Amino acid sequence: MPQHGSRSAAVRSTPPLRQLHSLNCCPPSVCATCPCATDPPPAAPAGSRRLTLGQALLQRNDQQAAALRRRFHQAGLPVLNLLSSPGSGKTALLERLGAEMGQRNLRLAVIVGDLATDRDARRLAAAGVEAVPISTGQACHLEAAMVARALERLPLPLERLDLLVIENVANLVCPAAFDLGESLRVVLLSVCEGEDKPLKYPSSFHSADLVLLGKSDLAGVVGFDRAQALAHLEAVAPGAAVREVSARSGAGLEALLEWLLHPREPRGEWEWRGWGVAGQRGTAKGAEG
Amino acid sequence: MHELSLMEAVREQALEQAQRHGARCIEVIHLRIGRLAGVEPEALQWAFALVMAGSLAATARLQIETVPARCHCSVCQSSFEAEAGTCRCPRCGTASNRLLQGRELELTSLEIH
Repeated sequence: MPQHGSRSAAVRSTPPLRQLHSLNCCPPSVCATCPCATDPPPAAPAGSRRLTLGQALLQRNDQQAAALRRRFHQAGLPVLNLLSSPGSGKTALLERLGAEMGQRNLRLAVIVGDLATDRDARRLAAAGVEAVPISTGQACHLEAAMVARALERLPLPLERLDLLVIENVANLVCPAAFDLGESLRVVLLSVCEGEDKPLKYPSSFHSADLVLLGKSDLAGVVGFDRAQALAHLEAVAPGAAVREVSARSGAGLEALLEWLLHPREPRGEWEWRGWGVAGQRGTAKGAEG
Repeated sequence: MHELSLMEAVREQALEQAQRHGARCIEVIHLRIGRLAGVEPEALQWAFALVMAGSLAATARLQIETVPARCHCSVCQSSFEAEAGTCRCPRCGTASNRLLQGRELELTSLEIH
């Protein structure tokens, strides 16, 4: 039976003791007398440390969005990021807007985020709109890098366009957090969806610069309470402009187009409202400025 | 489920920092999430285990600090909590378009070993 403290025993017992010691399991009563006590103390395992970071989670997307925003700005191109629920009529509105613009020799291009098909892109192309589909697979939102890749597939240089619309994936939750470098964020709410929708999806509506009340020709049929909708919008999107439009009747489209294409209109005072708060889009705007 | 892609961004940034500081493992990841950021903390927790599996953060804990939305009222010259995203001042009823906080999506800190 080897005795701790005896050199000959220590030679035999060193490997297992060292193993124990390295695991910090060597009992003090043994260590005090065994030769391992005379060895240099093993490096103490590093303790827990705290790294303070304060990084925006979407910093990579924000940087890519800032780069896009600079490109759009250099090309003098207004860019809309269009958010809505499924079925609110985004594509129909863009078809009609494209037709209106075509009559004035203005060029509209649309980047379309579709889950699985290019149906919307084909509809738009049939209406004479330059349309580039982004098939997002199962992704529920677009990110700036996807838009950057889609721009490479645009048949015309940005300088030759008059308006670019990024038709986001139909979803009022996920796209809200992702800056795409747009100059205006637009939320389309059709009158059929109910006046209280803004209260149910405050994060999207709060990030909007413009809220479009779509399918306005159906307002009477569905009993749309305009005053209540406006009150709700004022509560969750107090800085957003509100316009009514109908793709079917064309009502409001001409005024919308005038307003979108003429930057001297008073949209400047609510542009980029509140985006500096989370250091997300504020960062992008700061980089631009 | 954009929480999954958010969590992938967390992993990328956390692992980069942990490796830079010679960490053997990440014990806790602290996030700050604003109430108006459009992110569900529960969904983040769900995505966390999935995304961190097999990494330095495989056994880490996710700690989320929720940041309430607050607005500034220009009439009362004070701030108020925008409950459920409603930016109407509870004192005077004015709608505020100045959000002070509530859209945060931030990797605050890491505890590493």
